[in-house]
Amino acid sequence: MSQPLLKLDQATIRFGGLTAVSKFNLEVQPCELIGLIGPNGAGKTTAFNMITGVYQPTDGHIHLNGRSIAGVKPHDLTRQGIARTFQNIRLFGSLSVIDNVRAAMQLHCKHGMRAALWRGAIFKSLEKKVEIQAMELLDIFSLGSVRDEEAKSLPYGDQRRLEIVRALATRPKLLLLDEPAAGMNPTEKEELMHLIRFIKDKFQIAVMLVEHDMTVVMGICERIAVLEYGIKIAEGSPQFIQRDPKVIAAYLGTETEKEEPANA
Amino acid sequence: MSSPLSPATPTCAGAKRWLIAGIILAVVVSQFSAQFNRYHLGILVDIGINIILAVSLNLINGHTGQFSLGHAGFMAVGGYTAAKISLVASPMLPPALQPVIFLVALLAGGGLSAMTGLAVGVPSLRLRGDYLAIVTLGFGEIIRVVVQNMESVGAASGLKGIPKYTSLGWTFALAAITIYFVTALVNSTYGRGFIAVSDDEVAASSMGINPVRYKVTAFVTGAFFAGIAGGLYAHHKQFLSPTGFDFLKSIDIVVMVILGGMGRTAGVVVAAILLTLLPEVLRQFSEYRMIIYSLLIIVLMMARPQGLFTWKRKKGGAA
Amino acid sequence: MDWLLQQLINGLALGSIYALIALGYTMVYGVLRFINFAHADVLMLGAYAAYFIAPAVSTVLPLPSLTGTLIIVLLSAMICAGIGMLIEILAYRPLRQRPRLTVLITAIGVSLFIEFTCQHKAVFGADTKPFPQLLPVHDFHLAGLVIGSNDLVVVVTTLLLLVGLWFIVQRTKMGTAMRAVSYNQQAAALMGININRIISFTFGLGSALAAIAGILYALKAPGIDPLMGVQPGLRAFIAAVLGGIGNLPGAALGGLLLGLLETFAGGISGLSNYRDGIAFAILILILLFKPAGLLGKATVEKV
Repeated sequence: MSQPLLKLDQATIRFGGLTAVSKFNLEVQPCELIGLIGPNGAGKTTAFNMITGVYQPTDGHIHLNGRSIAGVKPHDLTRQGIARTFQNIRLFGSLSVIDNVRAAMQLHCKHGMRAALWRGAIFKSLEKKVEIQAMELLDIFSLGSVRDEEAKSLPYGDQRRLEIVRALATRPKLLLLDEPAAGMNPTEKEELMHLIRFIKDKFQIAVMLVEHDMTVVMGICERIAVLEYGIKIAEGSPQFIQRDPKVIAAYLGTETEKEEPANA
Repeated sequence: MSSPLSPATPTCAGAKRWLIAGIILAVVVSQFSAQFNRYHLGILVDIGINIILAVSLNLINGHTGQFSLGHAGFMAVGGYTAAKISLVASPMLPPALQPVIFLVALLAGGGLSAMTGLAVGVPSLRLRGDYLAIVTLGFGEIIRVVVQNMESVGAASGLKGIPKYTSLGWTFALAAITIYFVTALVNSTYGRGFIAVSDDEVAASSMGINPVRYKVTAFVTGAFFAGIAGGLYAHHKQFLSPTGFDFLKSIDIVVMVILGGMGRTAGVVVAAILLTLLPEVLRQFSEYRMIIYSLLIIVLMMARPQGLFTWKRKKGGAA
Repeated sequence: MDWLLQQLINGLALGSIYALIALGYTMVYGVLRFINFAHADVLMLGAYAAYFIAPAVSTVLPLPSLTGTLIIVLLSAMICAGIGMLIEILAYRPLRQRPRLTVLITAIGVSLFIEFTCQHKAVFGADTKPFPQLLPVHDFHLAGLVIGSNDLVVVVTTLLLLVGLWFIVQRTKMGTAMRAVSYNQQAAALMGININRIISFTFGLGSALAAIAGILYALKAPGIDPLMGVQPGLRAFIAAVLGGIGNLPGAALGGLLLGLLETFAGGISGLSNYRDGIAFAILILILLFKPAGLLGKATVEKV
C-alpha cells in the first residue's frame, strides 16, 4: 500500500482533566472520501482542530505525507496541503466574494508586498492571472455572478459553498469539511453530495467530513470512522458501520447508557 | 473594501500616476508658500501631518483590525530622532545640503520608530485585541517617561531650536507617498490578507495567511510613517516637549480613523482635515473646545460608529 | 532592613488604594467585557464630593473626627455610585450590543468629557485645591519605623472593604447573579436574572469603591484636582490586568503588588525618575509571559 496522506498515530488531546480525543488511530489515503461521525461532543471537531494545527495533541503523533506536523502552525499546514471549512461559517465577511478567494490564493502567489507597492507590469499580469483563476473556481461553483457582493450578504447556502471554494483556492491535498450539510434542506443536501463527489474527482484530493446527517455520510463516504467520547469505536465501509452493534448502541443508547440520538 | 470610495476590484488603476501627480502638485504649491499667511500655512502643514498619522494608523486599526493607542509614542520616537540628527548635523554642513540632512533625519526617525514598532509589536500582537490597546498605551507612557529623563533631548523642558525644514512641499509629498503606500499595499492579492486577518483571524490562518506576520507588518509600517510624521512635526513647530505626545494625541488620531470609517482611506483623509480644522473653528469658544470634542466622540460612537463617510451598500448586508 | 520594612509599609498603603480602584475595573470588565476608562474620573469625583460635603458636615460634627469622616465617606460613595450608574445608563447601555471597540472609545470619550468639564472654571476649575483634614494625623514610631495613621487607615479600610466585597459577591443573591452574568450573560437572562439591574448594581458598587479610594488617595496627596484620577486610575487598571482582568482576588493582588513594586523602585535612586514607566514595563513583561494575568485563566477560543 502506498504511503498514507494523513496518519494519526495514537493522537490524544486533553483539556485539563477531560480527554477530548483518546489514542485516535486513522489513516487517510490520497484521493479518498472519508467520514468522521459520532454523537454530539464525541470529539470530531476537536480531531479536526488537531489535524489543522489549531490544537496541539497532548500525546501521539500526526503525520502528513510522512512528516510530523507537531508544532506546525495552522497557516503552514495549509501550505503543506490541508484546507478546511468551519462548522459555523467563517468567511471574511467584509471582503467581496472574489476577494475571499484571492485572500486564500495569496499563499501560492510569488508577488508579495514589494510587487504590490511597485505595481510594475509583472505585478499587473500576475494579479490578472489570480483574478482569472479565482473566477474559474467561482464559476465552477456558480458563484461567478456574485463576485463583487460582500461575502456576509450572501444567502446561507452560497456562503457554505463559498467557504468550500475558498478552501479549494489554497490547492489542498486534503480538504476537511466540518458539518457541510448543517442547516440544509433535503434538496440542498442532495446537491451537496454531488458537489463533494465532484470536488474529489475534479481536483483529485482527499476529502474528510464531519457530519451528523447519516444520509449524506452513508451516501458518499467510502470509509467511515466513528468516535464516541473521544474514542474510535469503529471504522469501515458504510455498510459495515451501519450494522456495527457498538455504533448502533452509541447512537441509540444501550440500556445502561441513556443517550439521546444525535442524528435528529 | 466595498465602499463607494474604494473600487470593488482592487486593481488601483493608475495609482502610480496619481502618486506622481500628487508629489508634483505638492512641490509646485510649495513654491507659492510665501503668498500664504503664516497662520494658514501652519494649519495646512498640520493637516498634512495629521493625514500621514491617520492614514498610517488606519492600516493598523482599520484594515488590519488591531487597536493601537500608541501612535503618538511612535510619532515621538521619530520626531525626537529626526530633530536630534538635524540639530547635530545642520551646523556642520553647508546650506545646500540641508534638504539632504532633512531627508536623512526623517528616514532615520521613521526607521527607528519602525524598529521600536517591531520590538513592541512582535510580543504584543500575539495577544488578544484589548491587550494590544493596553500595551500600546503603556508604550506611549514609557516613551514619555524616557524622554523626560533624557538630558540629551532636553528632558522635561523640551528640545528647542530645531531648524525649520518642514514645508508644504515636503509635507504633502510625504502625505501622498503615505496614502499611496497604504492603498497600494492593501489593494493587492497580498494585501487582502490584512483585511482577512481583521475579519477572522482563525479563518485567515487556516487559509495559509500568517496573522502575526500581517499584524506585525501593518504595525511596523504604521510606526514608520508615524515616525516620519513626527519628524515633519518637529521641523515644523521647531520645538518638542514630551507632553506634546501624550495619550490625548493618540486619541486624536484614533478619532480621525473612526470618523473617517475604519479601513476607508479616503474617508480618513477627509476626517484628518476636518479634525485639524475643528479646533481652529472653535477658537473663540476655546474654553469649551475640549468639552465639545469629548462630546463629539461620544455622539459619534452612538450615532455613527462606522464613520461619517460609510453608507450601506445598495444590496443587503449591514455596512 | 529598616528601609525595607518602611518601603513595605508605604507600598502596602499605596497598593491598597490601587487594589480598591482595580476592583472597579475588574468588576465592570467581568460583566461587560470592556475597560471603563471613566472609572478613574469617578475616583476624582469622589474626592471632590468629600471636599464639598466636608464643610457642611463640620457644622454638625467638628472635623477631624472619625464619625464625621464616616458620614462624609458614606455620602460621597453614594453620590459616586449614582454617578457611576448614570454613566452606564446614558453612555454604555445604548451600546450594549455594539462591538467592544465602540464601547471602549465611548468610555474614553466619557472620561475626557468628565475631565474637561470639571476643569472648566464654572465647575471645579483646573487648579489644585487643598483637601480638608478629615482625620486626626498621628505618626506611630515602632522600632525605628514610622507608620502614618493615614497609611494605617488606608490599609485597614481596604481590608474591610475587600472582606465586604467578597461577602457580597460570594454570599448574597445579588453577588451570585453578578457571577452568573459575568459567566454567561444570555444564559443568565434566560434564568430570569434582570441583566440591566445587575450591571447597574456592578457599576454602583465599583463606583462607590472608587469614591472611597479617591478620598483615601486625597488624604495622602497634597491636594485634589480634576486630573488626579488619571495616574492612579492607569496604575489600578494595570493592576487589574496584572492579576487577571475579571478576577476579583487578582485585582486585589495586582494592586498590592504594583504598589509595592513601585514604592521599592521609587526608593532606589536612579530608578525613581522612571517610576511612572515602571508600572507599564511590569505590565508588558507579565503579558508576555502570562497573557491571562497572574490569577486569570487562559481561554481557548472555540473553533
